[in-house]
Formats: sequence, C-alpha cells, structure tokens
Amino acid sequence: MTQLQARGLVKSYGPTPALRGVTLDVAEGEIVAVTGPSGCGKSTLLHCLAGILRPDAGEVSWHGHRIDTWSEAARSRLRRTEFGVLFQFGQLVAELTAAENVALPLLLAGTGRRAARTAALTWLDRFGVAQLADVRPGEMSGGQQQRCATARALVTEPRVLFADEPTGALDTLTGEQVLTQLVRLAREQRTTVVLITHEPRIAAYADREIVLRDGVIDHTGLGLDAAPLAGGPR
Amino acid sequence: MSTPHVLLGLLASGTKHGYELKRAHDERLPQARPLAYGQVYATLGRLLRDGLVTPAGQERLAGPDRTAYALTEEGRTALDRWLGTVEPPMPHVNSTLFAKVVVALLAADVDRARAYLIAQRRAHTDRLRELTALKTAPSATIDDVVAADYAIAHLDADLRWLHTTLDRVADWHREVHP
Ligand SMILES: Nc1ncnc2c1ncn2[C@@H]1O[C@H](COP(=O)(O)OP(=O)(O)O)[C@@H](O)[C@H]1O
Ligand SMILES: [Mg+2]
Repeated sequence: MTQLQARGLVKSYGPTPALRGVTLDVAEGEIVAVTGPSGCGKSTLLHCLAGILRPDAGEVSWHGHRIDTWSEAARSRLRRTEFGVLFQFGQLVAELTAAENVALPLLLAGTGRRAARTAALTWLDRFGVAQLADVRPGEMSGGQQQRCATARALVTEPRVLFADEPTGALDTLTGEQVLTQLVRLAREQRTTVVLITHEPRIAAYADREIVLRDGVIDHTGLGLDAAPLAGGPR
Repeated sequence: MSTPHVLLGLLASGTKHGYELKRAHDERLPQARPLAYGQVYATLGRLLRDGLVTPAGQERLAGPDRTAYALTEEGRTALDRWLGTVEPPMPHVNSTLFAKVVVALLAADVDRARAYLIAQRRAHTDRLRELTALKTAPSATIDDVVAADYAIAHLDADLRWLHTTLDRVADWHREVHP
C-alpha cells in the first residue's frame, strides 16, 4: 500500500533549481534508495518528503492526505510522531550523554523519564553501544556517534526513517555494520526507509533504487523501464 | 584462479581423496565456479607427474578411484612460492564489458553502446543486491561474507566505471551531434 507519495515536486533555492518535477510512490515497509551524483537534489527530495521543506509546486501525501499544505506546527507534529531522521553526521546534542540523546525524541513526545531511559538503553544495546550510555558525543568515535544517532532515529519506532547519507562519514566496515543493523531492525518493525546515498554498494541494501539526475528521476536508472533510446542522450 | 595451487593448499591440512578435494574446494570458495570431478582428477594427475603430490593409500572399495593424496616437500615449496608471489595488478584491460562498449561504438552507434551500458548496469545492480542480501543474512558464514565482499567490491568498481562511461558517451555524443 502506498504510504508516501510525491507528485511533480518542484523546488528551487533562489535561482538554483533543485527539483524539477519528481513523482514517486513509496509503499509501507519498503526500503527505497535514492541515488545520483552530488547536487542532483537527493537531500532536497528527502526534506520535502519528510515535511521539513515545502515544495514550490507539486504535492506530498501521507496515507492519501496532502501534507505539504499543512502548517509548520502540524508537519512538525507528524515528524515527531511518525518519522525518524538520520543525517550523515549524527548531529547528537554535544551537552547530552548517549542515553540522554536517544531518550530525547521520546521525552519530546511526552514519554516519562524512566520509560524513555529504559527504551534508550534498549536501543543503544541494539546498536552495540550500551556501554556508552553515559558518555558524551565528544568522547566517541564517528562510528559510535552514528550508532547512537541511528538508535535515536529509531527509538520512537517511526513509520518512516529518512536517512541522508547515514554511512557517508564512516569507514567501509563500520558503515556496513550500522547499515546492516538498521536494515534488519527496520524490516523487523516494518519501518519504511528512504535511504539517500551516492554509493551503489549502499543502495544495494534497499529493495528498490531511484536515480535522480539534475532534479528529475533518471528513467534509464534501475527498477524502472528504460526510456526509449532512439532519441539519443537527453 | 590457479586451481593446482588451491588444491595444494587444501592438501596442506592433511591427505584427501579427489572427492573430498572437490567438496572442500566448493565449501571454502563458496562463490567460485564449482570444480568438476574431471578437473580435479586431471589437476591431480599433473600435480602427481610434477612430484607435488603423492598417493597416500587407497581404500579397498569397488567403483571410482579412492586414492588419497598428500602434499610432498616440493608441493609445499610450490605452495609457499605461490602464496609469496604478488599478482600483477591488472596488466591488461581485457574485460568483456570494456570490449563491448568499444565494439558497440565501432560497429554500431552511441545508442547501441548506451543500451548495452544501461542493461549491464541493471544486471550488476541486481547482482550487487543479491550478494548484499546473502552476506547480511544471519546465517552467513565468514567464508560467505569474505566471498561476497570480494564480488561486491569488484561489482562496485565495475558500476562506477559503467556510470562514468555512460556520462562520457553522452558527452561525447553531444559534442559530435550538437
Ligand atoms: N540551502 C540551499 N541554498 C541554496 N542552494 C541549495 C541549498 N541546498 C541545496 N542547494 C542546491 O540545490 C541543488 C540540489 O542540492 P541537494 O538537494 O543538496 O543535492 P544532493 O543531496 O543530491 O547533493 C544543488 O545545486 C545545491 O547546490
Ligand atoms: Mg545531499
């Protein structure tokens, strides 16, 4: 069943076009990779789908309801309750410990302190960093920080996880461990994942791959029918 | 891959029959093309002739050859030498992928080359996904993972080349047919 839908998304930053008409359906529980060269609009697409940015034109729907027209407060509530977001550099709060960081989204959603801490410890453990519960990000390696950030993105058991180059700053093996665990847990919980990456080997963890190029979906890409070749390169 | 040396390596841990060698080979190199029995016996024949292995007892069984083989001193030296030799890093570019693009441009046109590149990219991507699923399965052994890693790294390199070549072919086409 279609969970998240984009229709003809257009978005520019001043004179710079970032998206030039992107249409995309994401099914519930699906893991979709969005790939393409740097600057092709991947992050902008993710921000529009997650309701962080409003497109200039086009529609974004969540279970059939348009959300791009919602107020910032309504979209923010949707993000807090249904979505998880993970960036390339974990973006943990420097002043908080790992457990406090992971508990934060739960506290914001109204969960009690004790329950939030228990859940945080469970999720840190799932990513193999339970021993870092009382450590602050400044004293962690990049890989450890990203494991904590991934735990934080999943702790609310979101319906959709938006991950923007989540392994971009990690070495191959660490990136692989984080991603393997992320994908395993997402599948267990039937969490939809929109995974942004420019690396084919990372995209290979997804069920399906969408290739963006200059702000539009490249239909010579994968999992989609190739555009007719007769016209030569577009 | 050098099958004779792989067989010598499998014999290093103790004597084995031809049948056991085939099994050990397919088990330890799970993603390699499985060895045919004919190939095992032919290779053993050559190793025997060169004095690198020696018969080490025969089971008194009717039917197929049940000779066990052992590594000789010379065999161990040959194995050591092989393990100590660095492989030449791609002395020739003789990939069929590369040849097909060149021939497509030569014998047909840029559309033909693009069609091939796109189809190959899709096939590579599918295989990459298959291997990724294989190695991340909870049941994967270290041999599975190491074999999949090797294939994934090479497919990944091919894919980078396929992407770049698609872009290059398009650029080149635009220059020739503005
Ligand atoms: N905040 C911004 N201000 C101005 N231009 C931006 C901004 N964010 C992105 N862009 C531009 O929009 C285009 C798409 O960017 P982005 O969505 O970040 O691509 P990607 O994530 O694929 O690298 C690029 O040309 C980029 O320079
Ligand atoms: Mg980006």
